[in-house]
Amino acid sequence: MSTVTPFPAEVRPLLEVRQLSQVYHLNRQNLFGPRPTLKVLDTIDFAVRPGEAVGLVGESGSGKTTLTRMLTGVEKPREGQVLYDGVDVWLGGEAHRKLFRRSVQVVLQNPRSSLDPRMRVGTSLLEPLRSLRIEGDHAARVLEVLDQVGLDKNALERFPHEFSGGQLQRIAIARALMPGPKVLIADEPVSALDVSIQAQVLNLLKDLVKNLGLGLVFIAHDLSVVAYTTSRVSVMSAGKIVEVGKPLDLFNRPQADATKALVGAILSVESGLAGNALA
Amino acid sequence: MQTNSARPAIEVRDLVVGNGDVTAVRGVSFTIPQGGRMGLVGESGSGKSMTALALMGLLPMGWSTRGSILHDGVDLVTQSDRALSSRRGRTLSMVFQDPLSSLNPVRRVGDQISSVIRRHTGADKRTAEAQTVELMKQMNLPRAEQLVRAYPHEISGGQRQRIMIAMALACYPQLIIADEPTTALDVTVQKQVLRLLNGAVRDRGSALLMITHDLPIIAAMCDTVAVMYAGRIVEIGPVQEVFRNPRHHYTRGLLDSQPTMDNIALDGSSRLVSIPGMVPPLHALPTGCAFNPRCPAATDKCREQMPELGAEALRAACWHPLAKVGEVAAQ
Repeated sequence: MSTVTPFPAEVRPLLEVRQLSQVYHLNRQNLFGPRPTLKVLDTIDFAVRPGEAVGLVGESGSGKTTLTRMLTGVEKPREGQVLYDGVDVWLGGEAHRKLFRRSVQVVLQNPRSSLDPRMRVGTSLLEPLRSLRIEGDHAARVLEVLDQVGLDKNALERFPHEFSGGQLQRIAIARALMPGPKVLIADEPVSALDVSIQAQVLNLLKDLVKNLGLGLVFIAHDLSVVAYTTSRVSVMSAGKIVEVGKPLDLFNRPQADATKALVGAILSVESGLAGNALA
Repeated sequence: MQTNSARPAIEVRDLVVGNGDVTAVRGVSFTIPQGGRMGLVGESGSGKSMTALALMGLLPMGWSTRGSILHDGVDLVTQSDRALSSRRGRTLSMVFQDPLSSLNPVRRVGDQISSVIRRHTGADKRTAEAQTVELMKQMNLPRAEQLVRAYPHEISGGQRQRIMIAMALACYPQLIIADEPTTALDVTVQKQVLRLLNGAVRDRGSALLMITHDLPIIAAMCDTVAVMYAGRIVEIGPVQEVFRNPRHHYTRGLLDSQPTMDNIALDGSSRLVSIPGMVPPLHALPTGCAFNPRCPAATDKCREQMPELGAEALRAACWHPLAKVGEVAAQ
């Protein structure tokens, strides 16, 4: 067990993007005209180190999801590099690509749609090992991971519809942990969950970072949820990272307009009771 | 605005909603006075949305209602579908969570609003269209004259929800039910829409029933709050009292599990208080108090007998309520 907080800045990033830009070509406006372009990511630098939880916030359309696609290798960037353990994943060769694929795993927003409803949970959990062709004692690995996310082993024989949203999200996290990743990317992992369950899942993610030394990229639109889970937050707006800072600093002294908008959007019970929440 | 201000906007007594197999709402009572604002908080499966649909007479096939829902001098439970249909949009109306699935995708948004006005007020086409533009301006929609001709897919989510609010408010209803009206919207738009709904409801003197799982929204918008758990109201009272001094352990748990910017320790060691376990499924509710398996204060009595809400304004349905601030806990 490695506890790496607070880490020195010189610890090499596990997963990093450098000067990343992505341009999409849109349809022609007229037959002979040029194809207009849309710059969805604009010279992004972003990194996550072992045992570090970093947040990514922004409105919808700010480029969070595109950046996630780059970080997970789903999409190839037009410009810039995606580095895993210091090596470019698109130039590093097949062996390194394989290592990257098993070391960076994703947890999505809605576990009901990200788990196959016709597959028993046990089968779903083995799926990443099968598709990544990972050898070893799979049964033992399943039990180990179930224990890490706080699920009972009788979950294995059941189907997704038999679980509540919070339990399903634990299962989705368990599936992501199966290949033994070094980085976990969680895209809005609690926004589909009930309030009393959100806290359980946030605490679980926090424990995983601490106990397993995982790097966590936490993507959300709600600054207070991100702030609770991470130690450093990047704010995105219109494809750019406009501000990076500690959550509390961003909250107390937002600099960029996008950050100010996000901070201003936070509603709290206290401000509501004081009668100035919608002022 | 209505003249008979003594009569509440809605009075729900012992409402039970079920489909024969499961009972989603198990005896809910509340009253919202004219112009009053009540928040109904609960997690998925608590029965809050079923309560709203029962009030609107829009329950899915096979579901039925018992109890009484007094509104505008009639009991809605006994009304025919036809009578209910003439009320929806006129004396009571609803704003749904997802405006994209509740607006008609093949009709222009302006037509959808003006058809509500024409149906309920009998106004002619031109008058209704003029009112529609006026209404859309009140909703802070830009270029209302052009926007009436837009289709739902051509406008943003925040604009769509404003169209929904405009439709709900078009005929000055006595009661507006808003079911998670901002959950599907971007955070930065959420506040604008809430502010608008707040002002529009106030200007019309309508009563509001705000259904959400989001406690900050209730705190910002409502004067009363009812907390639902497993089909029953477990705590009800003025927002200020319930949120500052919850008496039910479930309410306390909900308040504690809110991430706020205050409880964040920069060393990363802070943990949110979470309610252990999960909401019980409706077909397997525990005996006694439905919250007892998750409750820190549960005793044998909680496992055997169901606590009822008291008669006073602020009370929790709990055998071992949390102490009032400034009062020593009984035993």
